[in-house]
Amino acid sequence: MERPAWAPRSIDISVPSVARIYDYYLGGSHNFEVDRQAARKAMDFMPGLPKIMQANRAFMRRAVRHAADEGIDQFLDIGSGIPTFGNVHEVAQRVRPGARVVYVDHDPVAVAHSEAVLAGNADTGVVAADLRKPKEILSSPAVQSLIDLNRPVALLLVAILHFVEDTDDPYGAVAELRDAFAPGSRLILTHASYEGIPLSAERAEGTVAVYKDIRNPLIMRSREEIARFFEGYDMVEPGLVPMPHWRPETPPEDEDPYAFSGFAGVGRTA
Amino acid sequence: MSAEPDGPEDRLRRFATIWSRAVFPVTSTSATRPEFEEQLLPLARRLSQALRARTFDADEAKAVGAALVDAHCTDPDALSRTLDCVDAYLVLYCGEDGPTEDLRARAARIQHAMAAGFAQALRERTLAEQEAIAQAALRAQGVVAQALHATEARFRAVFEGAAIGIGIADLEGNILQVNGALLRMFGLSEQSMQARKVQDWTHPEDAPQTWRLYDELIRGEREHYHVEKAFNRPDGTVLWTNLTVSLLRDPDGNPQYQLALMEDTTERRLLNLRLRYEATHDALTGLPNRTFFFERLEKALGAGQGQRFGLCYLDLDGFKTINDSLGHAAGDRLLVEVADRLQSCTTAPGEMVARLGGDEFVALTTGTDTEREVDELAARIMNAMVAPISVDGRELTVRGSIGIVEGPAGERSPAEVLRSADITMYRAKSAGGNRFELADPEADARAITRHGLTTALPTALDRGEFFIEYQPLVHLGDGSVRGAEALVRWLHPQHGVLGPDRFIPLAEHTGLIVPLGRWVLEQSVRQARAWRERYGDGTAAGPLRINVNLSPCQLTHPGLVQDTVDILERTGVDPDALCLEVTESALIGADDDLLKPLRQLAEMGVDIALDDFGTGYSNLANLRRLPVSILKLDRSFTQSMQQFPADPVDLKIVEGIVSLAHSLDLAVTVEGVETGAQAEQLRILGCDTAQGWYYARPGPPDRLHELALVDATG
Repeated sequence: MERPAWAPRSIDISVPSVARIYDYYLGGSHNFEVDRQAARKAMDFMPGLPKIMQANRAFMRRAVRHAADEGIDQFLDIGSGIPTFGNVHEVAQRVRPGARVVYVDHDPVAVAHSEAVLAGNADTGVVAADLRKPKEILSSPAVQSLIDLNRPVALLLVAILHFVEDTDDPYGAVAELRDAFAPGSRLILTHASYEGIPLSAERAEGTVAVYKDIRNPLIMRSREEIARFFEGYDMVEPGLVPMPHWRPETPPEDEDPYAFSGFAGVGRTA
Repeated sequence: MSAEPDGPEDRLRRFATIWSRAVFPVTSTSATRPEFEEQLLPLARRLSQALRARTFDADEAKAVGAALVDAHCTDPDALSRTLDCVDAYLVLYCGEDGPTEDLRARAARIQHAMAAGFAQALRERTLAEQEAIAQAALRAQGVVAQALHATEARFRAVFEGAAIGIGIADLEGNILQVNGALLRMFGLSEQSMQARKVQDWTHPEDAPQTWRLYDELIRGEREHYHVEKAFNRPDGTVLWTNLTVSLLRDPDGNPQYQLALMEDTTERRLLNLRLRYEATHDALTGLPNRTFFFERLEKALGAGQGQRFGLCYLDLDGFKTINDSLGHAAGDRLLVEVADRLQSCTTAPGEMVARLGGDEFVALTTGTDTEREVDELAARIMNAMVAPISVDGRELTVRGSIGIVEGPAGERSPAEVLRSADITMYRAKSAGGNRFELADPEADARAITRHGLTTALPTALDRGEFFIEYQPLVHLGDGSVRGAEALVRWLHPQHGVLGPDRFIPLAEHTGLIVPLGRWVLEQSVRQARAWRERYGDGTAAGPLRINVNLSPCQLTHPGLVQDTVDILERTGVDPDALCLEVTESALIGADDDLLKPLRQLAEMGVDIALDDFGTGYSNLANLRRLPVSILKLDRSFTQSMQQFPADPVDLKIVEGIVSLAHSLDLAVTVEGVETGAQAEQLRILGCDTAQGWYYARPGPPDRLHELALVDATG
C-alpha cells in the first residue's frame, strides 16, 4: 500500500464513512453503528436510497461488460469503496479473463478491506489515493505495474463525483485523467442529481444535509453540469440518461422509481 | 433442460419464476431478475426434491435457506417472502399428486428448516463481515500508525537535528517541548526550561512591541511575528536571537499551540557591536573617537528646552617636542596615560571624554547646570595633569591648554561649537598655555576671519585695498606739527577697514610683509614729498618728517637698504625726512649682522626710532650700540598719567628714561596722549614730541595739512 507518508490521514471509526454507508445500503455488514445511524437517517428522507445504489451497481455491471465486450481490458475504478459482490474485476474478468483492474479509494478502511478481499488476485491492485490528486493515482505502483497507459483504459467514476466540491476542481481532475489515457479510453460515470428523484426537493435536501453533517457533502449537479464531465469524450449511445435507461437488459418500467434518480453515461475518447 | 408444458420441470420453473418475482425487489443483487431466477432455479429443485423425499432431510432445507444469503438476499423481507412463496406454491407446483396432508406437513417442516438455515447463514455472514471490516479498520489504523510513526520519526529527526532552536508551548505559555539546539542556546536542561513559562522570558532590552505581538498571536489575531529578542542565560550571559513565533491551530481553526523558532545571533551581534566600537573608538587610547564624539555632541545640541552643554577642548602644550625628542612610542604612551587621567575626570552621567586626534582631547558635559560643571571639569582636567607622567623612566611634566565652550542646546551646530572651542584653546595657548579660557564671541570672530584674511592678503595688494592714514607728531615745546606716523589700513571688501594688528602678523607669517612694507614706504615717502612741495621746507624745525614702521621680517630682508635708497632717490626726498620705527623686541639680542642695515641707513641720515620702548626687557646698556636716534615711549607710561595727580613713581621712571635718552643724545617721543594734562606733564618731564588722540587721530593726509595750517597760523 502506498500512502503519502508525510501526513497520513488519521483513522477515526467513530466518524461515518461514505463507503461503509454504501455497504449498508447494499445489505452488507461491513459497517459500524455510526455508519448505520447515518444511513438510517438518510433513508428517513429517501427510503429508496438502496435502490439508487443497486441501480448504480447494475449500471456499472452493464457498462463494464459493454466496455469489455468492445475490447477494453484495463479498468481504473476510483471511489471503489468496500467491495462486496458484483465488483468490476468479477464482471470484467468473466468477459475477459486476465483483465486488469485497479481500485482506488481515499478511505483507508475501504482500502484495507479491498486488499484483503483481492489478496491473491494478481490482476487487481488497490491504491489509497484521492480523486482530487490525479497525479498520485497515476504515479502509484499499482497503476504503474497493472495499467498500460498506451492502451485504452476504462475509467470508472461511479457515484463519486457528487462528493467532490467545485472548489476542489472536479472538472480539472477528470480532464487530467482523460489526458493521461490513450485514445479509445472510456469514462463510465454516474452522478447524483435532484433530477429524477421521485420526491420533493425538500425531502431530498434532508439527505443532502445528512451527508453535510458527516463532512462528506453531497453535491447535487444538474444534467448539464454532469454532461460537462464528458468534455473531450464522445458519448456512447444512449448518452447521459437515468441509470435504468442505459442499455437496459430488462424493461426499465419494471425498475423501482428511485432507480431513475441521477444520471449515468459512458464516453469514449477519439 | 427441456420442459414439456405443464410437466414437472415446467412446473418447477414456474415456481422459481414466482419466487424470484416475489424476492427480487428486496434483494441487493446487481444481477437482473432473469439472472436472479436462474440462481433460484437449483434451489427450487432442491426444495422440490426435499418435499417428496421419503424421509425429511432438514439439512437440505437449511442449505437452501443459507443459499439465499449467498445470493445476497440478506434483507429479512427476502426470507419472509420466500417462506410465503414456499407455503403457497411449493406443494401446488412440486407436490406431484402426493398426499396433500403429508405434503403440507412436509412443506411446513421445510419452511422451519429454511428459516433456521437462513438465520444461521445470515448470522455467520454478518459476523464474518463485521470481523472483516473490523480487521480492515485495524489494519488501516496500523498502516496509518506506521506512517505516522515514520512521519514522527522523520519529524523528530528534523526537530532534534535542527541547528535552530525549536520550542512548542501552549497558549497559556507552558513550554511543552523544546529541541536540543534550543537547550544548548539557553544552557538549560529540558526540565528547567519547562519549569518556566514563555512570559517569564522578559528581558530589559525587549522592544516595546515584543509582548504586544505575543498577545495578539495568543488571541489568534496574528499568525506569526518576527522579532530580535534577548534572553538571560542562567550563567548571567545574554543570548540574542532572531525569533519567529507562529500560531498553530487545531483542525477547526482554533488557536492551539505556539511554535517558536530561534536563531542564535549573539556572536553576530557581538561582532556588530565590536565593529561599531572600533568605528567609534580610538585604537590607541580606547577613548571614543571623533565620530562618536560628534554623535554625542549632536545629540547634546539637539536636546530640548533648558538643556545645556559644556565642552573642554584640550591640547597638550609642547607635545610635539616630546614626540620629536623621545620618539613616537613614548609619545603614544604619554597619550595613553593622559587619556586614562581624562577618563577619570568624567565620571558623572552625561559626561564623556574623547580623543579627536593627535594630542587633542575633548570632554563633554550635558544637563541643565553645565555653566558650573564645565568649569569644574576643566579644573579637574588641569588638576589631573599636575602629577608628572612617567614614560621610559623619565618623569614628564605635561601641561595643557583648554578652550571652554558652554551654552544652551539648540543654538549652534557641532562644527560651530568645536571651532569656537578650538579658537579658544589657541587663545589659552597663546596666552602662555597651562590654562583654560572661556569662549568669547568677539575673539571667535577675530580668529574666524584670520584664516580668510591670510588667503585674501596677496591679492589685496594688487587690488589696491590698502591705504595709509597719518597721525601727526607734535612738538611738545611749541605745539607745532613736526611730522606724522604712517599707519597702514586694509579696506577689506567684506570686513571693512582693518587695523595693522589684524593683518600685519599674517603678512609677516606669509612673507607678504616685504612687498607690503615696500609699498607703504614708497607711499609714505611720496606723501612726504607732497607735503614738502606744499609747505616748502616749511617749519623752523625743518621739513615735515614721515615715520614708517619696519616689521622684524623686513629688518632681516636683504633688500631693505637698497629698496629704501631707491625709493628716496626716485621720489627725491632727503633721507632725514624719513624715520624708520623698529620695535624694541625686534632688536633684542640683535647682532651686528642684523644691525648693519640699520647702521647704513642711519649713516645716510635716516632716523631710526625704537618703538614701544619699555615693554620688553629694556636693556638700557644696549641702547648705546644701537643706531637709534629716537625713543618712542610705550603708551603704558602715558596711560598712568591720565589721572591727576599722576602716580609719582611713574613720573620718576619717565623722567629717568627721558634724562637717560637725552644723555645718549636720543630724542623722546610719547604715544597715546589723550588729555591736555598729560601733554603738559610730559612736556614738563622733558619729552620732545608726542602723538595721540589729544592732537589727532590717524587720518587722511589732508588732515595733517589742516593741522599744519593751524600750527602755522597759531
